[in-house]
Amino acid sequence: MTDWTRASAAEMAAAMRRGDVTSVELTRAHLDRITAVDGDVHAFLHVDAEGALATAREVDAARAAGDDLPPLAGVPIAIKDVLVTEGLPTTAGSRILEGWIPPYDGTVTRRIRAARMPILGKTNMDEFAMGSSTEHSGYGPTHNPWDLERIPGGSGGGSAAALASFEAPLAVGSDTGGSIRQPASVTATVGVKPTYGGVSRFGAIALASSLDQLGPCGRTVLDTALLHEVMGGHDEMDATSLNEPVPPVVDAARDGARGDLSGVRIGVVKEISGADGGFQDGVKQRFEESLEHLRTMGAEIVEVSCPSFEYALAAYYVILPSEASSNLAKFDSVRFGMRVEKGNVERTMAATRAEGFGDEVKRRIILGTYALSAGYYDAYYGSAQKVRTLVQRDFDAAFADVAVLVSPTTPTTPFKLGERIDDPMAMYLNDIATIPANLAGIPGMSLPAGLAEEDGLPVGFQILAPAREDARLYRVGAALERALTDEWGGALTAQAPELEVK
Amino acid sequence: MSSLERSDVARLAALARIDMSDGDLDRLSGQLAVIVDAVAKVAEVAGEDVPATSHPIPLSNIHRDDVVRPSLAQDAALAGAPEAEDGRFRVPQILGEDA
Repeated sequence: MTDWTRASAAEMAAAMRRGDVTSVELTRAHLDRITAVDGDVHAFLHVDAEGALATAREVDAARAAGDDLPPLAGVPIAIKDVLVTEGLPTTAGSRILEGWIPPYDGTVTRRIRAARMPILGKTNMDEFAMGSSTEHSGYGPTHNPWDLERIPGGSGGGSAAALASFEAPLAVGSDTGGSIRQPASVTATVGVKPTYGGVSRFGAIALASSLDQLGPCGRTVLDTALLHEVMGGHDEMDATSLNEPVPPVVDAARDGARGDLSGVRIGVVKEISGADGGFQDGVKQRFEESLEHLRTMGAEIVEVSCPSFEYALAAYYVILPSEASSNLAKFDSVRFGMRVEKGNVERTMAATRAEGFGDEVKRRIILGTYALSAGYYDAYYGSAQKVRTLVQRDFDAAFADVAVLVSPTTPTTPFKLGERIDDPMAMYLNDIATIPANLAGIPGMSLPAGLAEEDGLPVGFQILAPAREDARLYRVGAALERALTDEWGGALTAQAPELEVK
Repeated sequence: MSSLERSDVARLAALARIDMSDGDLDRLSGQLAVIVDAVAKVAEVAGEDVPATSHPIPLSNIHRDDVVRPSLAQDAALAGAPEAEDGRFRVPQILGEDA
């Protein structure tokens, strides 16, 4: 009997069209898998078996009636708990929203429903997407399926772990400084942060509005592209939404899979590629091998320098907390979520926020309140916005010469749960290679580059492209994926240790 | 720029409406001082001549047609509130120190 949870989303969709499997069978298989392994992995905060099966039955009936269905109809999906879903609990990983049932769907939720994809449930995340490990979730961490003692990345560790443990073939993520790409890197899955404005954020609980971007997560580059096309496109409910067509990412992925990169110039960013130390040896080794594959397929590899990236992390940790401190003011014990009564409304508000927010959220709100306060605004927020301009200029100069930029996605393979929880600065350094893309609004992808020699854990390869050129990520990514899977004899996720089935 | 003191954290927490116990202040103050010192380097690099970027891809004059369309029903908007009464959000008293 075929284990459908191991198939790609594209294979599942094709098999349903051929009549080899039904959406109900696929959805059940994934729900069973969640029951069997999610006790250990904890990728999900909420599972909606009934809702998913109801959608699956409708799709099967529509297919039997000969209806014309969207490409991914019947393929199940998991949604990061940052995106509101009407009738399904949504917490953004925070206790302050425990039990909240949104009265409306976010735009991406609506598009997934319109694509007739059964929604398996909501995935775990660092509280309000603040973190790189899911250890800041108010509901306990997610565990990396490659080693349950290790972090699955964050903030979207739940979505990435759901993919890597075959609990879902596709997932929605959000990326403010790497929250799609870093979890993809440490779980050997694929994740894309689209161009800023490329996917509507209506109904996504905001962290830092000038950086946040929803995006697709999958196990293959093509699957990720198929989901990108479902999620993307203009939405008048989001004032930052680009009023232009979704880039042709599926065509680009198919084109890239032919393995021809003749004439494509690829830049290695010196400042985020471990040239100056700080990157694990096994990460650098797999990165170099991937470059060799790209060369073999005809690409020309050159080194480029982006000197202001040195200041990107600092700028990010000024801009993000500043915007977050403002966005999170809405959790005021009045309109939704928790209320801890303590005298008048102001004291009730302060008591509620003390009880409902975790330490990382408190740290960042206080940092943002400080950076925005009179007398410090110019020195911190004003300066950080200038650094942002410098980072954009570095990218502009680099992309004048090369089609895409590449680097390892993260400096190390996944570290152990608990290892950096009391050292926020060490935690922040995870995102050194992913943050510049968010500051500049450009698209980025992480895909598996192999396992590090010294610990056998996943290494991610990052590709960055100019704004609106998301298709380039998919072309180069699919080419590299093909070369690597040919070498491995299949997907890297197939090499993950078997999880204990309960 | 000076580093962040414990008393600063207490004042900022009050501004941000987050109650902090002595234990919270002990735990968070040291970590926040480290972060503030680390991010202070943003002021080192960009001079007067560098413009600020607030949004990566700026758009302007984003409007929709000014037509009435359905919105959330009142009961749906109130459904998630900790307390509601007569179609409104109900809150504790807003003036005075005593409940």
